[in-house]
Amino acid sequence: MKILVAVKRVIDYNVQIRVKEDGTGVVTDNVKMSTNPPDDNAIEEAVKIKEGGKAKEVVAITVGEEKAQETVRKALAVGADRGIHVKVDGILEPLAVSKILQKIVDKEKPDLVFMGKQAIDDDCNQTGQMLSALLNWPQATFASKIDIKDNKLEVTREIDEGLETIEINVPAIVTCDLRLNEPRYASLPNIMKAKKKPIEEIVASDLGVDVSPRLEQLKVEEPPKRKAGIKVANVAELVQKLKNEAKVI
Amino acid sequence: MSRESMEYDVVIIGGGPSGLSTAIKLKQLDANLNVCLLEKASEIGAHILSGNVFETRALDELLPNWRELNSPIKTKVTKEKFLFLGKTKSLSWPTWLLPAVQQNHKNYIISLANLCRWLAEQAETLGVEIFPGFPASEILYNEDGSVKGVATQDMGIDKNGNKKDSFEPGIELLGKVTVFAEGCRGHLGKQLIENFELNKGKDPQQYGIGFKEIWEIDDKNHEEGLVMHTAGWPLDNNTYGGSFMYHAENKQIFLGYVIGLDYKNPYLSPYDEFQRFKTHPAIKKIIEGGKRISYGARALIEGGFQSLPKMFMPGALLVGCDAGTLNMPKIKGSHTAMKSGMIAAETINEHLKEKKDLSIYENKFKNSWLYKELYEARNVKPSFSWGLILGIIFTGIDQILFRGKLPFTLKHKHADHETLKPANQMPKIDYPKYDNVITFDKTSSVYLTGTNHADNQPVHLKLKDPDLPINYTLERFNEPAQRYCPAGVYEIQKENDINKFVINSQNCIHCKTCDIKEPSQNITWVTPEGSGGPRYGNM
Repeated sequence: MKILVAVKRVIDYNVQIRVKEDGTGVVTDNVKMSTNPPDDNAIEEAVKIKEGGKAKEVVAITVGEEKAQETVRKALAVGADRGIHVKVDGILEPLAVSKILQKIVDKEKPDLVFMGKQAIDDDCNQTGQMLSALLNWPQATFASKIDIKDNKLEVTREIDEGLETIEINVPAIVTCDLRLNEPRYASLPNIMKAKKKPIEEIVASDLGVDVSPRLEQLKVEEPPKRKAGIKVANVAELVQKLKNEAKVI
Repeated sequence: MSRESMEYDVVIIGGGPSGLSTAIKLKQLDANLNVCLLEKASEIGAHILSGNVFETRALDELLPNWRELNSPIKTKVTKEKFLFLGKTKSLSWPTWLLPAVQQNHKNYIISLANLCRWLAEQAETLGVEIFPGFPASEILYNEDGSVKGVATQDMGIDKNGNKKDSFEPGIELLGKVTVFAEGCRGHLGKQLIENFELNKGKDPQQYGIGFKEIWEIDDKNHEEGLVMHTAGWPLDNNTYGGSFMYHAENKQIFLGYVIGLDYKNPYLSPYDEFQRFKTHPAIKKIIEGGKRISYGARALIEGGFQSLPKMFMPGALLVGCDAGTLNMPKIKGSHTAMKSGMIAAETINEHLKEKKDLSIYENKFKNSWLYKELYEARNVKPSFSWGLILGIIFTGIDQILFRGKLPFTLKHKHADHETLKPANQMPKIDYPKYDNVITFDKTSSVYLTGTNHADNQPVHLKLKDPDLPINYTLERFNEPAQRYCPAGVYEIQKENDINKFVINSQNCIHCKTCDIKEPSQNITWVTPEGSGGPRYGNM
């Protein structure tokens, strides 16, 4: 079996996001970037499956600017065998990424495509689903447990009501939840070895995919500041305030 | 426990200006040397914090063509001001009356973090292997006692010291020479100074704590290239410190405050002095209407020449502020740190090629401009132990009339942890409430640093005696850790009338102040799991 894992470079989850003064986006200059956290879970799961003898090759792919390659390099350091970097500058929407991934799937012919359930920058939660539709493959989203059974996958999904276990046919798309596993650390010798693993660079336009945005972004602004709370003297005052001021009861 | 090991010609600990300059110079001298550099932060620059007005002297020597290499050194100093602050008034001191060391017209306003990121790119281009996210946690010795290298921190240990599923053992990095460039109060440097008695015959080291905030301010208040320093309020005559305000590019100002850690009153809160300072009319009018976008703090070296330890030992060198090369009256340590690293590289190259002893560092250092600079600056900081006014008068005589050549050397008498007076002999200080516009509490400040430590790992602030804070330090000094820590790591919590000393180590911004100022030296800072700590942007 061959697993293709898509990883995305995003602003590190510890960084406090700042909106640009002109409202055109968020500040990314001098900001620490990292791999999208659930993508780390996707890589970890693929590597574990390979280590368990059920997969032969793990290929990490990213779509994005020059520096996005760092995320592929990190995937290689924790066990992916080789990498692909599809270079695109500028804004990338989930549809464009799915179309690029579709082309790569046509070429690479993986049995499984893993990725994070969503990216923490735009929170779209769409790429996996769109790719599934484009390829007409089954999908299992929000996976917190994956079992490979012959040519089928048994996947436990994190849903609003609790856990749902489904069985799907391979080839398939799986989007991974943070509960799926605990990603390993990249060890220093493995980081060294990763520097020698191959990364194929592809220019998006060579794939014949139109990556131009379909959405027009009007404005980015900070959420309104929360007002300080107040203390009330008794229940009667609380009820009165909820009724007349907050107007929630 | 078996650990993998990797061998290099030179292993460098720390990706600041001194470590990176060592690495670059080594590869320039001999491209075939195998050089690796470890950095505890998640990326180069993420733990770097500095003013910074940059003197290019060392960089001009290291990379003479830096102007053509898209370096982040862009904003030339165009104007200077020096203010003495009273409580509401301010007095401008003519800059022509400032000693030459404090004149900045040839210098640049930069972000040292960005400079380090750029230096790291230059180093990598030359073939240096840089490993961010790997703190060196342990010094390795050969049987003859010489330094053999370092071991990196184990990853994946839980808070009780047990291995988690993700456990990844540390690696031994062995160097023919190991260079320690951890910055002020490096936790390995501290051990080396002790083991090899590097500070024998030297004065006790002196430290300060520096705060920095980046503000985006109104166009009309912004003067790109303006450098302003203040002395005086809110500190009293006996506390050493002052502020800086540098008008950088993109409508940003770098606003900061430095306080000597030899202060005496345990009720003094350096953080709150900085916050209060911003409410002075001369400062407030500049930042009013602006927005604070970054915060950070870091201890710095102030001891200079008298406190500078020996920088060589068998198998290793100590460079930059891991030793203490900052020039205090100049308020600059980046160019001196870089130069100390460059001298280290020359020393190592001769050591490896011609089998010369590492002690040749001493002579090279003594024949360099770095030594001359530190020597001439030596009497300024100790003179301020007589108070601000006498300090200024003496500094005027020493620096303007004699240019640092007075035929005596003043001593630093005490280590900073010895200077606190018992709480019952000192006045309490009432700090104003935070207004969340100009002044802010520690929690919201730490939030801006992007600090994180993976949870479920051992506390990296070790107490030699866990009962001492409550049984002694609270009683005698009102536990000053609550106040000197700029990140709110230490708290005294009352539970059923019983006092508890709480260490919120996940908030730690790696400034090292506790390791320095704790009156009984009861707190030891050790490395947390890799990548832990702040994620500073352009600090």
